[in-house]
Amino acid sequence: MSALTFTLKQAPAQRVDLSPLVCQKLEGLSLAAIAAIELHSGKAVLRVDTLFDISGSDAQNLVFRSHSEKLDCIGKALNGGSIRVEGNAGAYLGLQMKAGSITVSGNAGLYAACEMKNGLIQIEGNAGDFLGGALPGSKQGMKGGTVVVKGHVGDRCGDHLRRGQILIEGNAGEYCGSRMVAGTIAVMGSVGRHAGYAMRRGTLLLWNPPHLPASFNDCGSHTLAFLPILFASFKGLDSRFADSRVAFNRVRRFGGDMAETGRGEVLVRLAQPESTH
Amino acid sequence: MMINGVTLDDTFAEAFPMKATRAIITAQNEKWAMISAQAMTGFATSVIACGCEAGIERVLSPDETPDGRPGVAVMIYAMGGKGLAKQLETRAGQCVLTSPTSALFAGISGGKPIPLGKNLRYFGDGFQIAKKIGGKRYWRVPVMDGEFLTEATTGMVDAVGGGNFLVLAESQPQALAACEAAIDAMRQVPNVIMPFPGGVVRSGSKVGSKYKTLNASTNDAFCPTLKGVTETDLSAEIESVMEIVIDGLTKEDIAQAMRVGIQAVCDLGAAAGIRRISAGNYGGKLGPFHFHLQEIMA
Repeated sequence: MSALTFTLKQAPAQRVDLSPLVCQKLEGLSLAAIAAIELHSGKAVLRVDTLFDISGSDAQNLVFRSHSEKLDCIGKALNGGSIRVEGNAGAYLGLQMKAGSITVSGNAGLYAACEMKNGLIQIEGNAGDFLGGALPGSKQGMKGGTVVVKGHVGDRCGDHLRRGQILIEGNAGEYCGSRMVAGTIAVMGSVGRHAGYAMRRGTLLLWNPPHLPASFNDCGSHTLAFLPILFASFKGLDSRFADSRVAFNRVRRFGGDMAETGRGEVLVRLAQPESTH
Repeated sequence: MMINGVTLDDTFAEAFPMKATRAIITAQNEKWAMISAQAMTGFATSVIACGCEAGIERVLSPDETPDGRPGVAVMIYAMGGKGLAKQLETRAGQCVLTSPTSALFAGISGGKPIPLGKNLRYFGDGFQIAKKIGGKRYWRVPVMDGEFLTEATTGMVDAVGGGNFLVLAESQPQALAACEAAIDAMRQVPNVIMPFPGGVVRSGSKVGSKYKTLNASTNDAFCPTLKGVTETDLSAEIESVMEIVIDGLTKEDIAQAMRVGIQAVCDLGAAAGIRRISAGNYGGKLGPFHFHLQEIMA
């Protein structure tokens, strides 16, 4: 069976909510039934076949061929199966996703992996603001799973992150890990100002020294035993994080945000082992 | 049945169902992993008075351990799950948490999860940090030498305890030398421990006693100094008897350990003063697992 493929005919004028097009909702439907599914686009309601050419039959493997950044909510509440986006994804990619995998060959918009519960999201390009964050008004963001971004991410990455891991090969914007409750965010590139702002618990794992708020306190240099286990868990990923040469276990630890509970940590890679005194 | 001049009695070892778990201790080097493992498995020779039976299964190379450091696998056996969990937690807390540079991981991924570091985390007084990595929950507990890393749970499985055989020799040094050879061979067998000191017990017991308060007492039928005054099981030339007790995850594991152990003893043979191999049982009425010596060595 070939993947059930949706090829965008032309870029929509308004943003389109693709949340009905997830594996568990399409399973067992005929192409005609899928074509008749209604999608919301602003005040308009569009049939799927007005937007997409549909081919293939395997509803557990979806492909979206998109040259638009207005396709929102791809993989919303996905509960198994895989989705591949060839091109760009709009906002809310993998919103509240429960299981399965989503890969995006291009960029993803705002709120990717927002309130995600489990599974894997891999974005080959860049991701927008609030990656792995919480919907406005919600107190808990991403609660599990893994997000890999090979490019850069916007501001407020991991806002209210509760659990799970966000791995960023590029740079992160401002307020990375803001209001984190727990979980792990790893950034190989640089991070913007106010990293870890108001974080309660959790780990920001950084390859480069950040500009931290004054409410983070230096806890010194340490060799941490959990880091080799963490890096070993990345080995199956299609990412630079899987490369054992990027792994380290020697870090400078900053505790904070002391304006909050102060149980969070920012771990900054130390390039060379320090001698013990 | 006779092997290399050593007579194998037509008898069997009688073993019992137990609960078992395995934990992996790592440290900065093998020396400190072993120190921690020895502490954790200390005073755990017999469930009669120790609460559990524990031992070191084997040394692990860095590529076999979760954190890539040298390690030691230890196993703990107890008569029930509740007792096992209590022993594991107490020993982990007092012997591994306290041991410099140590980390503690699950050694059995299946079975029923029982707390390993799940409750030890409270030693962190609120500064402890949870990390869920690859579906497993770890706790990072701040301690004075850095951080104590422990997996939250390990697995508890059904197991078998009390496999055994007796080595009957012409002298005490010869009995001990044969048992040492057996233990060296048996330590190569996975999934088993020999919980007594050095793997060998010289004070095998029988059920009951003339003293009402004791439920076990010396196995006088195998005590060489009593040959003339009790109903002995020893011939005139036997001067020393030693026993090896085996706990294993399965009946097959114990049988394999007995097989290699008995073979090592028989390889020394009558020329080394070894006269007989026997086994301890209770008439087959108490334990459901019977290890017939002659069947094992057939």
